[in-house]
Amino acid sequence: MLGYIVRRILATIPVVTVVAVLAFLLLRLTGGDPAAIIAGDSATTQQVAEIRVKLGLERPIVQQFAIWIGRVVQGDFGESFFFKKQVAELIRDRLEPTAALAVCTTLLAVAIAVPLGVVAAAMRGTWIDRMVMGFSVLGFSVPVFVIGYALIYLFAIELGWLPVQGYQRLAEGFWGFLQRLILPSVTLAVIYVALIARITRTSVLEVLGADHVRTARAKGLGNGAVLLRHVLRNAAVPIVTVIGLGVALLIGGVVVTESVYGIPGLGRLTVDAVLARDYPTVQAVILLFSVVYVMINLLVDLTYTFLDPRIRY
Amino acid sequence: MGGIILGVILLIGLSAPFLGTRDPSQIDPISRNKRPGAVRVFTGADGRQTSTTYWMGTDSLGRDVYSRVLYGARVSLLVGVSVALISVAIGLVIGLLAGYLRWLDGFVMRIMDGLMAVPAILLAIALVSLSAAGLRAVIVAIVIPEVPRVVRLVRSVVLSIREEPYVEAAIALGARTVPLIIRHVLPNALAPLIVQATFVCASAIVIEAILSFLGVGIPPQTPTWGNIMAEGRVLFRLFPHNIFFPGIFLAATVLAVNIMGDGLRDSLDPRLRKHL
Repeated sequence: MLGYIVRRILATIPVVTVVAVLAFLLLRLTGGDPAAIIAGDSATTQQVAEIRVKLGLERPIVQQFAIWIGRVVQGDFGESFFFKKQVAELIRDRLEPTAALAVCTTLLAVAIAVPLGVVAAAMRGTWIDRMVMGFSVLGFSVPVFVIGYALIYLFAIELGWLPVQGYQRLAEGFWGFLQRLILPSVTLAVIYVALIARITRTSVLEVLGADHVRTARAKGLGNGAVLLRHVLRNAAVPIVTVIGLGVALLIGGVVVTESVYGIPGLGRLTVDAVLARDYPTVQAVILLFSVVYVMINLLVDLTYTFLDPRIRY
Repeated sequence: MGGIILGVILLIGLSAPFLGTRDPSQIDPISRNKRPGAVRVFTGADGRQTSTTYWMGTDSLGRDVYSRVLYGARVSLLVGVSVALISVAIGLVIGLLAGYLRWLDGFVMRIMDGLMAVPAILLAIALVSLSAAGLRAVIVAIVIPEVPRVVRLVRSVVLSIREEPYVEAAIALGARTVPLIIRHVLPNALAPLIVQATFVCASAIVIEAILSFLGVGIPPQTPTWGNIMAEGRVLFRLFPHNIFFPGIFLAATVLAVNIMGDGLRDSLDPRLRKHL
């Protein structure tokens, strides 16, 4: 098992390397002088020259990559000319809202989707099943910002139950923090719920047909006990997998949701950086989000060994 | 069902000029921010009066939202269909090569894994920032994140087909590689590819709308559903119609494409139907 864990961790290295190369190339693909782009429009010739030396732009491109990645590993993504700040500092400031939103959304989505999927599978073919599946197709199709505005209109403007937009840091009071997090989390959770509920239903249905479930029923176990003890546990692997893969949807959704709700997080930072052609920040955010995504899926793969003792690679 | 809705929206997009629309980018300072159903009377140069009803209201520049939504259907469908076709074509070639040529497989798949590790919307946003905003840049920026998904699918089909006895027999009989791929491998990949293409199309329509909505996609003067919503953002509290009408059209279109994809999957591959 240790061998598997080590091999699985090593397998992330090529993926992260490719992402790093992509992020590095992003700046070179613009076609302009990277030093001039990083320095921004208002930079002096001398500033541009300084950056050129710092990045080693006269050297071969492989060496340039080595210099860049060496800095990145130390957490130095360079300076953002647009925000006039170190990129690393910028990211640290924007981390809390995004992390809060992502965690809240994931908890909400799993808490809703797994029971929905199990119920739909247990009542296969009934109107409840059809409703859940219909919701799942709908949840996939309605874009996240349409859901966002519909929820704002209903709950914040018409009913006035919740604040329209904005974010409050956790340190400034829990209730205000939670209040402003509810609508964005629900918005973002919709597509995630659709995804997880669908896979839960499929994998529960598959396990329901298995021999050990029939045995459990035959010895007189009740429906609920069978579902919890014998079905859900065996159906867990695909469900956990899709929760991990869905993080990609979640990250994409964060970018949009933060714009809709005016949350000053990493997603909003990405959009602002792209609009300002602030490439050091864009590179850093892409690298950060992708590494987080790869790491979460690494963790998901590692939990398999605990969920299903039969898995031995 | 999905096909019918899609057909209606396609028809609306194509015949937008004949459905009582005005020039979708004509700015009219007098009729800014009109609510849906408002009537505006124009007095012509000869003194004759004509009246226009803004069925979906107007935006903050006085442009007719009804006309903009109808014309917006063109961009969405164009982006959806072209991204689906281009990414399936590119993905098919790369997938066939990767699945068939062992020495290429490892290298290509590592790059695909790397591309897939960047969330699609994020990659698309970063890519559009590379060149001037426009339809072509948006299509390219959406194609690149979609290609790896197609490659994976094609490669997995190729890998399973090449183990089949009849393919081994064909190789043993000395069949050349290219005809072998076209005659034996391609037909097997076709059904899942068509299904995949519809899902790529749906996702492309959503991503285009998101890019335009965030202001990094197609330039604001072109009416697209994302652009109309972006324009309506500021005054959303007072005039929600700018967001809701394009939103409803967008959701209906994506829903239609997804339903069509599900239907195609069920009819093209009966095994999957049992599975789900």
